[in-house]
Amino acid sequence: MSDEGAAVVAAVAAVADRIEAERSHLTDLDSAIGDADHGGNMARGWAAAAEAVAEMQDPEPEAVVKTAGKTLLSEVGGASGPLYGGSLAFASPTLADGVTAETAVDFAETYLEKVQDRGDARVGDKTMVDALVPAVHTFKKSVEVDDLTPVEALAKAVAAAERGVDFTVPLRASKGRASYLGWRSVGHQDPGATSTLYIMEELLAVATEHLDAPEQLPEDAESPTVPDGEVTED
Amino acid sequence: MVGLAVVSHSETAAEGIAEVASEMAGDTRIEPVGGDGQGGFGTVADDIEAAIERADDGDGVVVLVDLGSAVMNAEVATEVSDVETAIADAPVLEGAVNAAVAATSASATVESVREQAEAARGVEKL
Repeated sequence: MSDEGAAVVAAVAAVADRIEAERSHLTDLDSAIGDADHGGNMARGWAAAAEAVAEMQDPEPEAVVKTAGKTLLSEVGGASGPLYGGSLAFASPTLADGVTAETAVDFAETYLEKVQDRGDARVGDKTMVDALVPAVHTFKKSVEVDDLTPVEALAKAVAAAERGVDFTVPLRASKGRASYLGWRSVGHQDPGATSTLYIMEELLAVATEHLDAPEQLPEDAESPTVPDGEVTED
Repeated sequence: MVGLAVVSHSETAAEGIAEVASEMAGDTRIEPVGGDGQGGFGTVADDIEAAIERADDGDGVVVLVDLGSAVMNAEVATEVSDVETAIADAPVLEGAVNAAVAATSASATVESVREQAEAARGVEKL
C-alpha cells in the first residue's frame, strides 16, 4: 500500500468516526430545519465507506476516493448521497497521480464545482456551499499565492469553513428542505455546512499526522497570512 | 416503446402515481421507485437506476421526479445508466399521466414523451 493510499484510507476512517460521534448533533441541527435524517444517513454511509476502503487491495488515492464516493452514493440516499458521494467519485480522477498540494487544489475545486452544479446552490443559500466556497478558495490561495505548506493551507481552509458555518446561522434558506420553512429557517446552523466542516477537520488531522509538516502555524511577523479568525477575503 | 420511471420520496406515492398513470395507458411500462431503502422516506440513485433498467425495452425511459434529492439522485442515475433517458421537468403526477399517454404513440421517442410530460407544467385546474 502506498503511503498516500494509506493516508486516504485513514482519512475515510477518521471521517466515519467523527460523523458517528456527531450523529446526534447533526440530527438535532437537521430536525430544526430539515427532516432529521442527516446524522443517521451520514453515519451509516461513512461507516460503509470506511468498511469498503479498508477491504481494498493495494488502495491508491484515486481508487479509494472513488470507492468511498460510490459507497456513500448508494448508502446515504437523500440529497447527501449525490452531493457528498457523487461529488467525491466525480472529483477522484484529479488524484490519479497521487496527492500533492497541486492535485489537492484541483480535487477541491472539482468537488466544489460538482456540488454547486448538482445542488444548484450559491453562497448565501444556507447550504454546505457556504462552508465549501470559502474553504476551497482559501486553500487554493494559500497554496498558490501564499506558498504555504499543504497542512498550513488546509488549516486555513478549515478556519474559513468554520466561519462559513457560522455564516449560515442568520441566513434564510433558499435551497433544500429548509427552504420550505422560509423565515423560520433563520437562526439555525446548516447541517450540511456543519458536516462538511467536520469532514475537513478530520482531513486536516490525518494530513497533519501523515505529512512531515511544522507542528504549528508560523507565529512570527513574517507570516504572509492574517491570523485565523480575522481573514475575511475570499 | 418508451418506458417511464416515477421517482418519489415515498414508495407508496410512487406506486400510486404509477397506478394513476397506467390507468390512462395500459401498455406503457411504468416503474415506481421511492423510499430510502431502509423503510423511510428518501431516494437512492442505485434504486432509480435499477427502475430505469426495468422500464427500458430498448427505446429509452423518461424519468418523472418529485422534489429536491429525487432530482439529484435521478440525475446521478441517468448519468451512470446505459439506457437512453431524459428527466422531465414536470409535476410528477400530471407529468406521468401525460407521458404515459404520449408513450403509446407509435412514433414516440424519449424526447417527444419528455416534451409531453413537461406540457403538464402549465396545466390549470380552476
